[in-house]
Amino acid sequence: MQLFPCPFCGPREESEFHYGGEAGNLRPDGSEVTAERWAGYLHMRDNPKGPTREIWVHLTCGEFFAMSRDSVNHKVSGSTALGEAERGA
Amino acid sequence: MSASRLTTGGSDIDRGRPLSFTFDGSRVEGFAGDTIASALLASGQAVVGRSFKYHRPRGIWGSGVEEPNALVDVESAAGRVPNARATTVQATDGIRVTSVNASPTAENDRNAVLDRFARFLPAAFYYKTFMWPDWHLFEPRIRAMAGLGIVDSDWKPRQVSDQVNHHCDVLVVGAGPAGLAAAASAAAAGHSVVLADDGAHPGGSLRHRVGEVDGVEGRAWVEATVARLKGAGQLMLSETAAFGLYDHNLVALNQRHADGRPDTLWRVRPRRIVLATGAIERPVPFANNDLPGILSADAALSYLRRHGVLVGREIVVATNNDSAYEPASALAAAGASVTVVDCRRAGDAQAKGGIRVLAGRTITAARGRNAVQGVLLDDGTTLGVDCVLVSGGWTPTVHLFSQAKGKLAWSDQLAAFIPGELIDGIGVAGAVAGTVSLSEALASGAAAPGDFGSSSAAPRGTGAEATLGVVSLWPNPKAKGRVWIDYQSDVTAKDVELAARENFVSVEHLKRYTTLGMATDQGKTSNLNGLALLADITGRGIAEVGTTTYRPPFTPVPFASLAGSRRASMHAPVRRLPLEANHRAAGAVFQEYGGWLRPAYYGGGEAGASIEDEARRARQSVALFDGSTLGKIEVVGPRAAEFVDFIYYNTMSTLKPGHCRYGFMLSENGVVFDDGVLVRLDEHRFIVSCSSSHVAAVHARLEEWRQDRFGREAVYIHNATAQYATLTVSGPNARQVVEALDLGAALDDASLPHMAIAAGRFAGDEVRIARVSFTGDRSYEISIRADRAEALWARMRQEGRAFDAVLLGLESLMILRAEKGYIVIGKDTDGTTMPHDLGVAGPRTKRAGEFVGKRSLFTEAGNSADRNQLVGLAVREGEAPLATGAHGVEKRDGRLRSIGFVTSSYQSPTLGRPVALALIERGAARHGETIDVQHLGVVRQATIVAPCAFDPEGRRLHA
Ligand SMILES: [Zn+2]
Repeated sequence: MQLFPCPFCGPREESEFHYGGEAGNLRPDGSEVTAERWAGYLHMRDNPKGPTREIWVHLTCGEFFAMSRDSVNHKVSGSTALGEAERGA
Repeated sequence: MSASRLTTGGSDIDRGRPLSFTFDGSRVEGFAGDTIASALLASGQAVVGRSFKYHRPRGIWGSGVEEPNALVDVESAAGRVPNARATTVQATDGIRVTSVNASPTAENDRNAVLDRFARFLPAAFYYKTFMWPDWHLFEPRIRAMAGLGIVDSDWKPRQVSDQVNHHCDVLVVGAGPAGLAAAASAAAAGHSVVLADDGAHPGGSLRHRVGEVDGVEGRAWVEATVARLKGAGQLMLSETAAFGLYDHNLVALNQRHADGRPDTLWRVRPRRIVLATGAIERPVPFANNDLPGILSADAALSYLRRHGVLVGREIVVATNNDSAYEPASALAAAGASVTVVDCRRAGDAQAKGGIRVLAGRTITAARGRNAVQGVLLDDGTTLGVDCVLVSGGWTPTVHLFSQAKGKLAWSDQLAAFIPGELIDGIGVAGAVAGTVSLSEALASGAAAPGDFGSSSAAPRGTGAEATLGVVSLWPNPKAKGRVWIDYQSDVTAKDVELAARENFVSVEHLKRYTTLGMATDQGKTSNLNGLALLADITGRGIAEVGTTTYRPPFTPVPFASLAGSRRASMHAPVRRLPLEANHRAAGAVFQEYGGWLRPAYYGGGEAGASIEDEARRARQSVALFDGSTLGKIEVVGPRAAEFVDFIYYNTMSTLKPGHCRYGFMLSENGVVFDDGVLVRLDEHRFIVSCSSSHVAAVHARLEEWRQDRFGREAVYIHNATAQYATLTVSGPNARQVVEALDLGAALDDASLPHMAIAAGRFAGDEVRIARVSFTGDRSYEISIRADRAEALWARMRQEGRAFDAVLLGLESLMILRAEKGYIVIGKDTDGTTMPHDLGVAGPRTKRAGEFVGKRSLFTEAGNSADRNQLVGLAVREGEAPLATGAHGVEKRDGRLRSIGFVTSSYQSPTLGRPVALALIERGAARHGETIDVQHLGVVRQATIVAPCAFDPEGRRLHA
């Protein structure tokens, strides 16, 4: 059971969180998006070994945030609220 | 074996408090402080169980969690515990103890004959032999012959197991000298400490081995240290086994209670973990080394000093190291005749007064039937014995360290794996870290808390210090006879050789092929001997062979402990309606629907008849229905209209305040995810009325898009589902009933048309009246504060009486909606269904703006002409309903293929014939076509029709 830092609530048990996807998988809008681009958005994932940046949601407070962690040793290096993440904070 | 209780001695027992229990039906005497094992030994019970596979007689081998043989079922007032280790369970008055895998008793087991066929039963024998025609034909009989304890199928918990979440600065696992030194160091530095030990008393080896700390006798130092820790408010947990170490320093522990309470599960999250888990003595390999009366030398010393039990009179001690000499001397001093067979040269063997030492010798075989009677040495001499003590060196208990992904390092000097590179947040101390002397153990303990330790001087051993001087004494691949490697899984050296011969040379394959180190034992005594033998056979070093993965739990944990209160109705708690009691009083039969407990039908009659009756009467006059579970998620804010446009497949921003619109939500894959009505209260305020079982998922989805795309300031989302009850009046006479409720709202069709809302009041509370329908008849959904719903429901029932109103359960509602062709998402759709498959193609072709899932509707699959589409199916007159799930089939190129399937099927009491919905390939264009429908080999014909079978013009919505 890992401890994840919700930017709003602090460190909480892993079971309170839900995985939201890889960070940076931006949605391409519009009808002109190519099938390849759209399939990439829907299905293609990097699944990196080592440092990752992911979107998680803390189910108990409902907030989505970006978290940096290592998929091998499970070390968590930090998390930022979505708004802050967008602003590059 | 002639073990017996001495007249004096035994620090753990209280001779003033005798007790008795039964073992396999015979009475056993003991004292308070005895374990089941020490009491059995004191009463001279040599055979305490039968081995897993060969039904060999087995005796007590160890004195703690390492015990591989003495597994027993324990029955007490608190219930029955299977597969308990007799060495760790405290004896209590009146318990009934039964050996496992033996019948009728361990002493006289009727399957003992199996052992005579042992040479025909090598590893994997059963799987290889009973392959044809099918292993599963033979499995039940074979499993009944093998295996361990018996689960009590009538078991009922008398009490729920407690589960405790705990945080502390330092958790120390193991209260031996190293663990105590670690706890004292962390406590002295002002940190909060939890000190857990799986034994009944703290002290570890200092409870039975001689030692002196800072000039004080070892046991006295233990007592003083514990008293100081307790006095400082630190938490001491005895009989508590740390069985799992998980990510981010989470340690799971199981605590047993002597008072009959069920075990307690502890989840401790310390900032630092100190593993002072000790080491386990290894068996010595020789033929028949599993006979009762052959036990660990350290265990024999423990039984002598803790329980006043002398394990034998004529004792041979087989060893490859110095640690066996203290037991040898102590047992000799207690009156036994002791010969040490030391495989090392004369200079290393420590001849002492009172014991005979045969240096440079090893035992090659033991003999005896139900107990050891003699040993054969490598020089051909035989010795008559009633007990053999063995010490094949010490295996550090690295299980938890390995669970933490710690890498092990091979130590030639210790002939064992010890923790290699240390892991952040975890310290190791004492024998697990490879220390031998007391001073080393104490020093490593004091240092193990790291930054959480104090800088004051570590306690020091001030007496004679222990030495080890261990040499290799591994199983010999060429040895004659049956040399046991794993007692619990009944694995011999020959099985390991066979595995290697068949090329199972990876240690993980060896484990699975032979079951070495598996099950409850997790290789505590067997692991290293097995690895060493495999290394020898395959010509590799032990370090190169490596170890298998240690998995939690280190010791077995009762399911009751892991489950805690999450059982029965608390396992997956249902959500309950505010009016549940009223429905029960009205005779409702409840079922769970999507996590909600809801009335399936009313009345005590036969289910099918009751349901049809409700469905028929609902069409005749008026029906009352509790729809409180419908989602009520409020979407509020300056960009709320733009938001719902993006969320829904249908354009929603054009909806006028005071009106509702039916629509779909799609996933980004373009698949219909939910359907329901959106209510617009005013310019910036909507209510998403999603499916009952989808509320949580829809809420999460709205939040995700809000936070990810629109921003916190644009919209605000509030799930108010539980705050309101929604009570529905439906049917030709619905309006008359609602008018009688006197809600103060204009109900004429001009003021409140279909798909509009009105505000009213009931008994002073605001209510919202929505004209939406899931039955196809004129309907009014009235939402009110959940805590005021009871009076409204009572009034509705009272006013309904004049119209012969019927209460609708969910089952009859399903018939009504199916008659109308109204779908249930997930039932009448699957994971490929897109909105145009359901006949709602308009937004796909016409909507300009962006919405969730839009691009997916135009993929190759989305554009395909062969999509499964929603249709109705009609059967020939007089025929029974089609089976839900039946497949439409057709022959193509001589092969039968599925062209879709029936999603809903009911007998309609109003129409007097079956109605069915189905997803059929190109169905929308095939109305009128008759297809084959196959179910369980029976093929019937059905005609494709429009989904709506009742009132297709929709007149009754406005009637
Ligand atoms: Zn949170």
